[in-house]
Amino acid sequence: MLDVRNLSVAISATTILHDVSFSADAGAVTVIVGPNGSGKTTLLKAMTGELPYSGTIKLDGADIKSYSTAALAARRAVLPQATALAFPFTVLEVIRLGLSAGLYADDTNLPKRALAHVGLSGFEGRFYHALSGGEQQRCQLARVLVQVWQPVRDGKPASLFLDEPVSALDIGHQLEVMQIARGFADAGGSVVAVMHDLNLTAMFADSVALLAKGRMVIQDRPANVLSDAHLSAAYRCDVRVNKAPPKSRGIPFILPHMASTTGTKIV
Amino acid sequence: MTVFEASAQIREKRVAGDRRSLAIRVICVSAVLLCIMSIASLTVGASGTSLLEALIAWGSGEDIGLRERVILFDIRAPRTLMGVLVGASLAVSGAVMQGLFRNPLADPGLVGVSAGAGLGAILAIVLGGLLPPAIAAFAGIYTVPIAAFLGGWLTTMLLYKVSTNGGRTSVAVMLLAGIAVGALSGALSGVLVYMADDAQLRDLTFWGLGSLAGATWTKFAVAAPLIILSLAATPFLAEGLNGLTLGEAVAQHLGIRVQRMKNVAILTVAGATGAAVAVSGGIGFVGIVVPHLLRLLIGPDHRYLLPASALLGASLLLVADMISRTIIAPAELPIGIVTATIGGPFFLYILLRNRGILDM
Repeated sequence: MLDVRNLSVAISATTILHDVSFSADAGAVTVIVGPNGSGKTTLLKAMTGELPYSGTIKLDGADIKSYSTAALAARRAVLPQATALAFPFTVLEVIRLGLSAGLYADDTNLPKRALAHVGLSGFEGRFYHALSGGEQQRCQLARVLVQVWQPVRDGKPASLFLDEPVSALDIGHQLEVMQIARGFADAGGSVVAVMHDLNLTAMFADSVALLAKGRMVIQDRPANVLSDAHLSAAYRCDVRVNKAPPKSRGIPFILPHMASTTGTKIV
Repeated sequence: MTVFEASAQIREKRVAGDRRSLAIRVICVSAVLLCIMSIASLTVGASGTSLLEALIAWGSGEDIGLRERVILFDIRAPRTLMGVLVGASLAVSGAVMQGLFRNPLADPGLVGVSAGAGLGAILAIVLGGLLPPAIAAFAGIYTVPIAAFLGGWLTTMLLYKVSTNGGRTSVAVMLLAGIAVGALSGALSGVLVYMADDAQLRDLTFWGLGSLAGATWTKFAVAAPLIILSLAATPFLAEGLNGLTLGEAVAQHLGIRVQRMKNVAILTVAGATGAAVAVSGGIGFVGIVVPHLLRLLIGPDHRYLLPASALLGASLLLVADMISRTIIAPAELPIGIVTATIGGPFFLYILLRNRGILDM
């Protein structure tokens, strides 16, 4: 499990994160939400070693800095918000970059299975830069998946760090990708995702961390975090949380509420 | 369907995702080509005698004339080997630098690294006499290539520092910084030329011609260690450069020790470019044309791109050298003119044909 204590991050004299504590368990989908500029991506980047920080980050009880780059790569894969490719690789070649980083380099069949998993079967020979934005995002997800293919290996859980994994996707593919994340967690892996979509968060998260202005407001079960009061205060707008009918397991769904708008009745 | 769409479709089909076997075939063909070109380079020239027959005779253990032996082994052989090493250096430096900067326009010649190495070489030629005798004796004939290496290294470091911010390398900044560094190196070189005495001017002139004409076994022995060392480092860079195509952060997540890899890449570029510039002056376009052509053919996977670049770069430089010494024989055209004349239009042709693939 990942345990973050008293994390502060400053970028050129501006403190982006103040004393943030956060945890992510194996077997769970942990989602970080918050308004623009609240520090979600900064938190993710600090945890993945891209930003210097003060505080402690522990992975399975040991300081994350004590792991070698290769050891971390074997256990943790990171999907950035957007990935620009410098040279014209094919989809298959992009997947292979992830394959060689993990422990599954010998499994020649894996790229095909991973592509099928993200709904890109038959895309092997396509040039990456000729794909649509959503296809690129799923191709990158496949690259990330082949790096840590088995959610638990030799008794050690692997983790996926996903920075807005569904931002470029249509609703069908959003659900598909979230189900992949869900499946990874259900098999014992750990998923940490930064999300904008609160409804998808409510549907798929086991734990939600709400950031606002660089501080951790609350991290708890979705039902406790996704409340009118927390969301309205964090997002600075009137937000109403409703409950889906019991047939849909009573999952909360969130609607922004424009109280001041008058005369726009929907009949 | 237009002709262009059709050809794009054929290209797509041929690629089919996996270009590794194609890459290996291209490497084999390049190796054979290099063997052929090496033999041609040994035997083609202004001597007028049939050197191919002499070479075959020598190969089968027969005695050959003194004239043939001198031309083959004291003139052509060091020149051919030097051409192979310099061509491989230029092409590999280009490929590594393009991978490091994540940009197909990075080339030691274009962004001022060659100019920096040149400045180092000129410094050594003009001010080498001022070195403390102990150091001068220690460095000996290696003074010029070492100085060129240091010049190339400092320039590459400076370029990388200036153009990279927060892990992102800005192409515009890199090219502009390259122009500035190149201009500064040129100005300082000018000052040194102004200061040089007659004997040094003679050295500088011959060096600056950008030619393999002065190749001797001594020069070869001077340049070879640095070049071979640099080329030997490239297989260890391939995986790292592949990861770097996705950006520094992702490369780190793929388990690559990015900072160390970048340092090795910079030293490699500086070593290969420095040694090549020290012995042959500035030869342009090899470093940009060869990796480009190969990327279109076998893709950007550096595990194949780097060895293929070395082989094809060596062949290309041998061809250019053969042209340079035969086209106006018995005089010689500087090889830089030949590479630019072949490389310039060829490069434009590649750009025109593949704007779609390159524009991203």
